[in-house]
Amino acid sequence: MKVAFLLPLRCAWLALALAIALPAAAEIGQIKTRKGQVSVERQGQLLPAEVGMKLEAADTLKTGADGAVGITMRDDSLLSAGPNSILSLQHFDFDATTSQGRFDAQLQRGTLAVVSGRIAKQSPQAMTVRTPSAQLAVRGTDFVVAVGE
Amino acid sequence: MNRLQRRVAALLLAALLAGCAAKPQGTVVLLPDADGRSTAVSVKQDEGELLLDKPYAAAQLTSRGPLTSTSSAEQVQAQFGTALAARPLPPQQFTLYFVEGKDEFTDESKRAFDGVFAEIAKRPVPDVLVIGHTDKVGTDAFNDALSRQRAEVVRKALVARGIAAENVVVVGRGKREPIVPTADGVAEPRNRRVEILVR
Repeated sequence: MKVAFLLPLRCAWLALALAIALPAAAEIGQIKTRKGQVSVERQGQLLPAEVGMKLEAADTLKTGADGAVGITMRDDSLLSAGPNSILSLQHFDFDATTSQGRFDAQLQRGTLAVVSGRIAKQSPQAMTVRTPSAQLAVRGTDFVVAVGE
Repeated sequence: MNRLQRRVAALLLAALLAGCAAKPQGTVVLLPDADGRSTAVSVKQDEGELLLDKPYAAAQLTSRGPLTSTSSAEQVQAQFGTALAARPLPPQQFTLYFVEGKDEFTDESKRAFDGVFAEIAKRPVPDVLVIGHTDKVGTDAFNDALSRQRAEVVRKALVARGIAAENVVVVGRGKREPIVPTADGVAEPRNRRVEILVR
């Protein structure tokens, strides 16, 4: 009885949260290259990744055993992931006029190559790449990261 | 077991535990910067921090913190070749110049336009931003319109050569952002320009 009473309330909260979250879904980057199987997880849904697809904050890219994907972010950062990778674009905000912003990405699995863009150039420490065990602070740079042995 | 044996056993156990504890968790390698700028990445784990600031300086991530190591072009290619091959083309920036008071390219910029088009045509999904500017001759209203018109001319020329219109975004900034700062009313050819960002 109590649960039945609470459930609609929870749904209402969820709907409200979605209503607030949805208009904020602005483009943060674009898929420029794709090879093999690649998908994008967005708000719990798994979408097939296509070249030209626009990315949103909190998207997670997943590549299969034959997969690879390359993206250009709005601040000109270039990220590309190799096979069997999981890459989350956890946070991205960027002011194109001042180049101020913040970019946090996480590589949960696989391999990643990064060329940092205008956010890292404008403010060192404003771009981080995390792995499950480490945090990389980027100071305007070109590097690669692998997770695993 | 005598004392010595016990001590050796304890040391072995400690070494074993330490060995187990230093589980590899990943690798970070700093690559040479394409434009030769100095770059760096700091690698931080709960157990410690390392700064990578030379090409091919590497950190092995372990459960006991990052360990210094060195990589090479060959090792990077072997482990990261697929990720590196998927890297998008780097964004390019161009500037084209205009005849005073008009939305006509200078002769030099007419020739440079081919290079811009070629760069865009190389990309499967180009994303182009065209920003028009003017010098400081004339009112704000006149220059806002002129800067926008100049950007539009570039867009039309690109679309005429086959670039999809929805991939080209046009902005006019008027006389607000001169490359060469001048007093109001000064004709300055270097300020009569469009900047084209190709991604």
